[in-house]
Amino acid sequence: MSDSGHHWEDGGPERLYVITGGRSGAAEQTALDLVTLIVARTGPKNGMQPEHAAIMRLCQSPLSVAEISAYLGLPVSVVTVLLDDLIAARHVLSRAPVAPAQLPDLALIEAVIDGLQKL
Amino acid sequence: MDFKSSEPRREDALPATAVAAVKVVIVGGFGVGKTTLVGSVSEIRPLTTEETMTQAGVGVDDTAGVERKTSTTVAMDFGRISINEELVLYLFGTPGQERFWFLWRGLFEGALGAVVLVDTRRLEVSFDVIGRLEERGVPFVVAVNSFPEAPQYPVEELRAALDLPASVPLVLCDARRRDSSRDVLMTLMRYLHSLAVTPEAS
Repeated sequence: MSDSGHHWEDGGPERLYVITGGRSGAAEQTALDLVTLIVARTGPKNGMQPEHAAIMRLCQSPLSVAEISAYLGLPVSVVTVLLDDLIAARHVLSRAPVAPAQLPDLALIEAVIDGLQKL
Repeated sequence: MDFKSSEPRREDALPATAVAAVKVVIVGGFGVGKTTLVGSVSEIRPLTTEETMTQAGVGVDDTAGVERKTSTTVAMDFGRISINEELVLYLFGTPGQERFWFLWRGLFEGALGAVVLVDTRRLEVSFDVIGRLEERGVPFVVAVNSFPEAPQYPVEELRAALDLPASVPLVLCDARRRDSSRDVLMTLMRYLHSLAVTPEAS
């Protein structure tokens, strides 16, 4: 299974506070969903905070917020703060999840059914 | 690297054409096989994501008159299925600590729907889950994970025991098997399709 449990050992609240500069994802409304796909516009840049640089490396191909959280071993709320920074600086692009209305789009459901049939 | 992180394997990278993602949540009691189901259909080894939840004792234990904040780390295992070049489906399974799932901001928002995974030996734990999904208007299907040692009941008996409306699909599955888990997801998608075609059926 995942080895992210090890990351959590030294991922105490103080460390998370430092990583996000004291900001809490919970307090700020972010547009990022667990399955928003993130893709880097460039490689990591010199002088970037290590966590930012790690995200840039991870997102050379599209990757969901949940996957970034898993690979970094950081909680989703911390990752969304870091991603909001990178989006604001235009270092990464976010591809918003398909937002189903109260009733999901028929074409979308049909695409998923097609895809599952090929499994 | 300055802190411990892992990297996706090369084969776990999504194509650059991936532009949209959808999610389905797998819910059910502890040990019912949620992660097994996710793992059996996922194209990636299931990953674990975590969230820290701070709440002022809302709906938690009875601490009448005691003002206190509780902070809990909730972990979720998830997997991924590439539907086509553009669309990716994520499956989130929620191990343990059932009362916290619904506090996980953004877990159910925007989800296509949910699968309630049931163990016939512990039907009662499903009541709360089903009730909460109904309350939130999250469309769901029920899948009974067939543990070899668990008692077998006719589907209609299970439906009655779960007090499930006739319109909600109920299927048997073996979460260890890829084709069986795939069929569960198909059942959910066909159900969502029927809801989209005839909204009044919900």
